[in-house]
Amino acid sequence: MGLKSSPDSLPPHMTSAKIVVAGGFGVGKTTLVGSVSEIPPVNTEAWMTQAAKSVDPETGATGKATTTVAMDFGRITLAEDLVLYLFGTPGQARFWPMWDDLSRGASAAVVLVDTRRLDTSFAAVNYFENDSDVPFIVAVNLFDGEQTHRLAEVRDALQLTAEVPLVACDARDRGSAVATLTAALTHTMRRTSVGTTPGVLATR
Amino acid sequence: MKGNPWVRPYVLTSGRTTTRHRLFMHTLVSVPDFDPAFADRLPPEARSLYERAGTTAESVAELSAHCGVSLGVTRVLIGDMAARGRMIINPDTYSSPYDERLLRRVIHGLKEFA
Repeated sequence: MGLKSSPDSLPPHMTSAKIVVAGGFGVGKTTLVGSVSEIPPVNTEAWMTQAAKSVDPETGATGKATTTVAMDFGRITLAEDLVLYLFGTPGQARFWPMWDDLSRGASAAVVLVDTRRLDTSFAAVNYFENDSDVPFIVAVNLFDGEQTHRLAEVRDALQLTAEVPLVACDARDRGSAVATLTAALTHTMRRTSVGTTPGVLATR
Repeated sequence: MKGNPWVRPYVLTSGRTTTRHRLFMHTLVSVPDFDPAFADRLPPEARSLYERAGTTAESVAELSAHCGVSLGVTRVLIGDMAARGRMIINPDTYSSPYDERLLRRVIHGLKEFA
């Protein structure tokens, strides 16, 4: 605390942080966001319309492109001057332009996986491994509260490197969801603390 | 999308798709002194954003979702109103989203909350 900044402006200098919740369709992202959010998760068709040049450099499309993406977000007021936002959206590769926008400025990311359909989260894992600087962890959502696969097996199947933390969580349970989010933030702290960072981690 | 379905989105912004301000989806926006007369003069999309932000500081994503204005257009309109001093884009208190003080505060806050 004690970080409140200049008293010269009328509204308090509220600041915000963001954690991205990634993963395939139906892995429990909305559930996780909902179990910690103080507002019902806002499900919105985030209507992205941008010049194609900035939206889709890979296809080389010209003109304007419109992408409609269903996005969930939740919010938690952590202090008078600090709000945490959680953003979840489908992790299909075709939404990657959206992912760049979503993850820009994020403090951490959680890739949620369902062991019954691990493949739906491959794209999200790939994205954070290769195309984003945001530190991430992988969380196995225990749908029936039971761990059906050992984490080591999941790690193998996802081909996760040793440095990516893998945890189990019950997305329906607030305590478990919070533990997952704090694990992600702790991982970021470890990854980015001075002296241990290999190379430059872009923050923007 | 609740906005006007008959107008292509960037007509509302005179064709502009970018803004000078850096606006993350979670960047908070507020209105310093809500001015009803100013609101009356705004086109519907800008007006709904202005009125919503006039109630409470909200993120770009929330404003976009609640007002039914696409993210891109929301950013441009917020940039315009901020340039005219009608909106405040809350400055980042921390130099980076990985700032250790920020991370510690969020972890602490989450644990209290759980």
